[in-house]
Amino acid sequence: MKLPIDQEMLWLACGVVGLLAVATGTGLVLDRQIKSESAVATIKNLNTRIRSWWIMCAFFILALFTDGLGPIILFGLASFLALREFITLTPTRRGDHRSLCWVFFIITPLQYVLVGTQSYGLFTVLIPLYAFLFIPTRNAIAGDYEGFLERTAKIQWGLLVCVYCVSHAPALLSLEIPGYIGQNAKLLFFLVLVVQISDVLQYVWGKCIGRTQITPRISPNKTWEGFIGGIGGATLIGTSLWWVTPFSPWQAAAMSLAISLMGFAGGLTMSAIKRDRGVKDFGTLIDGHGGVLDRIDSLCFSAPVFFHLTRYFFT
Amino acid sequence: MKAPLLVAAAKILTGVNVRWVNCQPNIRQRVYFANHTSHLDILVLWAALPSEIRAVTRPAAAKDYWEVGKIRSYLAREVLNAVLIERKKVSKRHNPIELLLHAMGGRYSLILFPEGTRSIGQEIGPFKSGLYYLTRRKPELELIPVYIENLNRILPKEEFLPVPILSSISFGPPLRVMQKETKAAFLERARNAVYGLKGS
Repeated sequence: MKLPIDQEMLWLACGVVGLLAVATGTGLVLDRQIKSESAVATIKNLNTRIRSWWIMCAFFILALFTDGLGPIILFGLASFLALREFITLTPTRRGDHRSLCWVFFIITPLQYVLVGTQSYGLFTVLIPLYAFLFIPTRNAIAGDYEGFLERTAKIQWGLLVCVYCVSHAPALLSLEIPGYIGQNAKLLFFLVLVVQISDVLQYVWGKCIGRTQITPRISPNKTWEGFIGGIGGATLIGTSLWWVTPFSPWQAAAMSLAISLMGFAGGLTMSAIKRDRGVKDFGTLIDGHGGVLDRIDSLCFSAPVFFHLTRYFFT
Repeated sequence: MKAPLLVAAAKILTGVNVRWVNCQPNIRQRVYFANHTSHLDILVLWAALPSEIRAVTRPAAAKDYWEVGKIRSYLAREVLNAVLIERKKVSKRHNPIELLLHAMGGRYSLILFPEGTRSIGQEIGPFKSGLYYLTRRKPELELIPVYIENLNRILPKEEFLPVPILSSISFGPPLRVMQKETKAAFLERARNAVYGLKGS
């Protein structure tokens, strides 16, 4: 098999490395200049975040260069770790134990095997159909009826968001788009780049000029200024990358807008869950960012929608 | 050489988040006493200690459980360096306090689960009196309360397959028995110290 590295892919990878270099440089300059106490903490966190970005980008680009198997393993691992964080915060009971064993060790790996073998007809129904009927049945067999619906729903929702939704990112590799055969790795790159840039720009704009909170009760950090700056900026960047996708510039703009908006929805929804459970982050695995789920919350919502839109309009 | 491997495996499986709350890791002789909800407790608490402290820390473990089967007894003797205690026939001749003091010598710290057995659910059971007698006999010991969270969800009583939920362990500030404190009052205070670390 031919490695999915062409000239355009290399440009994308170089672009990301360039961006990170600029970010690292900016972080160093800010670190020298800023003296006030609260700002020092923010800059310190910023620099930790940038360091973690280097590691995450390295993993992602390496995975993309391996043609197929790499992204499956990477996103499968991310799903597993995210689900672990999600279930940790969910007050499950003894009666859920066996269901959880199935969810972690059978259903999650199986979903990624099906994505890896490009079995579209199976990976789109495994979780919303079979797993969703199996989990309540297994819980009923365990014999604990207290909070039954609530417990079942929480496990199902965790599985849906952390596994089903995220698995649509590597599933992009299985799409057959006329005139774009063998180049799908760039489509995955495009999705992840736009959704993460949107996150970063929302954060940057929000920190710099953010005043008007959107939902102060759920997330004080989400502001209209950050929203407009972030979504607008990510859409512009996505549009300017139309040449790596099968889309025309206008189509790339619409796709980038959809990705950024869904990403915002994902971040907001996950914030609501964290607020309800009284925590700031889902985990501690990624320095400066929190847990895996804190980093991929926006991807959870944008990956399946981007997959569907691309499949519906372009294959 | 097997210990580092086991420690790494325990840490990965349980994703344990270790917090030292108003307390620093220290090599001096201590008794770590914790709530007990899972068979994994001993292993994970032990693994959560920094390696130089772990090397001089021995868990007190039930003989009737840890001597069953080759793997368990190997783990208990060769890796954990556990002090095995008879739970069933405590008598003057089988006095566990003497055994523990002897095992500690002038060097070792101890891991103790004063409930004596695993509790079910969130409640911490009443403490057995071993902790009290230990500190009366050797007052210079630092007693460190430890709260272990979620291990009961990873491997509940009567289950054999663990689920990879994240756990956490909190170490609290040292406790000392007061001059005229009664046994019951002290044990209650010790239990509350463990309970107080919940959610910290």
